[in-house]
Amino acid sequence: MSEEKGQTLGIVVSGSVDKGVEVRLDSSASVEDMVVGRYVTIEGRQRRFFGMITDISLGVTDPQLTINPPDVTDPFLSEVLNGTATYGTIHVLPMLTIGGDVASLIEGPQPVKTVPSHFSGVSLASDADMSLVFGEEDENRFFIGNPLDMETKLCLDLPEFVKRSNGIFGKSGTGKTFLTRILLIGMLQKSQAVNLIFDMHNEYGWEGSSEEGRRKVKALKQLFPEKVAVFTLDPENSKRRGVSTDFVVRIGYDEIEPEDMVLLRQTLNITDLAVEAAYQLRRRFGRGWIQSTLDVGESEDTQELLKELNIHESTFQSLRRGLQTIGRLSFIEPHASVDAVNSLLGYLNKGMNVVLEFGRYRDITAYVLVANMLARRIYARYQEMMERSMSEDIAQPNPLVITIEEAHKFLNPEVASRAIFGTIAREMRKYNVSLLVIDQRPSGIDDEVMSQLGTKITCLLDNEKDIDSVLAGVSGKSELKSVLARLAPKQQALIFGHAVPMPVPIRTREYGSAESYKGFVGGADAGQQAKKDIEELWD
Amino acid sequence: MTEPSDRVGEVIEASTTEFVAECYELYGLPPLGSLVSVGDAADKTFGIVYHATTASVEPGRRPIARGKDEVSEEGIYKSSPQLEKLLRSEFSALVVGHGNSEAIHQFLPPKPARIHGFVYLCPSEQVKTFSRSFDFLNLLITTSLPVSVEELVAATLRQMGQAHEDKQAFLKAAGRELATLLSSDYSRLRAILGRIAPE
Ligand SMILES: Nc1ncnc2c1ncn2[C@@H]1O[C@H](COP(=O)(O)OP(=O)(O)OP(=O)(O)O)[C@@H](O)[C@H]1O
Ligand SMILES: [Mg+2]
Repeated sequence: MSEEKGQTLGIVVSGSVDKGVEVRLDSSASVEDMVVGRYVTIEGRQRRFFGMITDISLGVTDPQLTINPPDVTDPFLSEVLNGTATYGTIHVLPMLTIGGDVASLIEGPQPVKTVPSHFSGVSLASDADMSLVFGEEDENRFFIGNPLDMETKLCLDLPEFVKRSNGIFGKSGTGKTFLTRILLIGMLQKSQAVNLIFDMHNEYGWEGSSEEGRRKVKALKQLFPEKVAVFTLDPENSKRRGVSTDFVVRIGYDEIEPEDMVLLRQTLNITDLAVEAAYQLRRRFGRGWIQSTLDVGESEDTQELLKELNIHESTFQSLRRGLQTIGRLSFIEPHASVDAVNSLLGYLNKGMNVVLEFGRYRDITAYVLVANMLARRIYARYQEMMERSMSEDIAQPNPLVITIEEAHKFLNPEVASRAIFGTIAREMRKYNVSLLVIDQRPSGIDDEVMSQLGTKITCLLDNEKDIDSVLAGVSGKSELKSVLARLAPKQQALIFGHAVPMPVPIRTREYGSAESYKGFVGGADAGQQAKKDIEELWD
Repeated sequence: MTEPSDRVGEVIEASTTEFVAECYELYGLPPLGSLVSVGDAADKTFGIVYHATTASVEPGRRPIARGKDEVSEEGIYKSSPQLEKLLRSEFSALVVGHGNSEAIHQFLPPKPARIHGFVYLCPSEQVKTFSRSFDFLNLLITTSLPVSVEELVAATLRQMGQAHEDKQAFLKAAGRELATLLSSDYSRLRAILGRIAPE
């Protein structure tokens, strides 16, 4: 499919800007060849329109036909009726216009503000059309997949992409992790941003696995050893998996703040009052509040202390139980000798990307606690660095993208306004930090945060609430809904928002074969050594 | 080029929409649905034969049965040669177009055909040229006639089909045109398609 003009499909017969246009198919175009999600171009009188097929239907000119159907086994009858008395229609949502004059050629595709006139011709978008709209692979644009049923490479402008926080959604097993790996590779090559990945399932740092046959797939550090550092919370586990790690993260009690307890309220099953109590105890004991709280035990003083702080005994016990659960995590120590945040920032400032592996701590408590705590402190440091760079006119810190999974744990309406990730998402990269959130239950994320996400990439979702929350505020929502609902259960996704001129469903780029790694690494400015290492990897 | 042998009769009644012709030969009728023309090369009117009769020359007089003692039908005409004079065949044609050697228009001519105009059965070549366009179908299906219009359309297309090398393709194209014209009347469409579908 590389001809200048795609196959002619039919003509526009009705429509509106709001609802899109109806296209009656020529008899030469079979309904069965039409696919929801494919792109078409419409030749209007003054401009070309670019749109997506969002529905396909069958029509008859006379209802008699449906009551008294013709004998379609008769080739004569079927050929006469096909496309005349019985016909197919496609519903097209025009999204962009490309004007005919020079000015609009320079400005590029514009959002639609009108509809093509009656009987404008409609054809499938050709590869040339697609690259006109989405751009070709270059130093900023990274190939992430192919538009459905097309050979064209869909390329995302990554510097543009990382200007906002972004989200990757999809139900379990649809390819979020694979897609994220691809995006991370893109970002570390083309975005000028550094990444910090909170890697709950140990699949981004060294290697991950694929569902079919539990095949191993390479992850960031294997492919880009010079650009990626792996931090771990669980060195034994990392070692067993043969991961070469760069830093072992230990967390001191004194690094945990009551804010972290806000996020953990649900997972630790502690009461709201217990969280309030944590704030009081923090004020009372200062940084050592956790140690002190655990130490007071059941002594006489406790009663007095509680009375003084006006904390109910059961509330206090609830908090203590929660803190004990945290204390049982073996990467937690009363006081960590080396500060993980400093080391992390050291790597980030050098332009390295950091993956933090959780090892065997795959439960949500550890994940939420560590991610929130580290992000909070890193963000504070970024804030400082940004302010300094402005007042002292020195270089800004490298833009940072923080990747978190199970994002609804950090960004649900209950905590989004109080926890650091909510702040980052809302501030739109004021301090050079943005998020890449990954979630299978987007409806669990605060609406405001969802609306702040610049680009959303969503794999198949089947829960109505999740679909609604992902598509909230997008124009052509109901049409996109049907596109989204029809994605394949794996390796397909719908991209829309800031980084793409119009929504586009894609088949995600292949990841996991030796060929694919070559593609990823080859396109990079990877050093000679890295290239050599890569060669060795698949020898 | 019209050969004299194609001359089938002479106009004896004419109006804007149709003409009636009497045949030179008793039973020398052009088939139902055939394309006929009247007028000279500079101004031809085309018609489609939609109805034909053979009856007594004198309107009030009906023929009587004569064959009681004859063994064959032919025998009747042989033993009463005057019959050829007492009976006549007539046909009516619906006007579907007009034109000259340069162009054919498939709409009504400005004036009706002239009385005594010679009527010719159009030869294949002319039928083929004429049926390059299907606009005449619209004239056909919108008239009301003593015969069923569906019957007539089907007969016309079958006749015209003979003139085309690829009869199938011709019928298919005509069928598709009809499907568009009769888009809101599938039962009529079906009646016609059923009559032109190849066996
Ligand atoms: N781009 C791709 N290239 C090759 N295989 C893919 C790709 N995307 C998805 N797959 C296949 O789909 C499977 C599931 O993908 P993945 O593990 O990314 O899903 P997920 O959405 O992260 O699931 P979960 O929610 O359970 O973490 C993979 O194991 C792989 O076999
Ligand atoms: Mg995953």
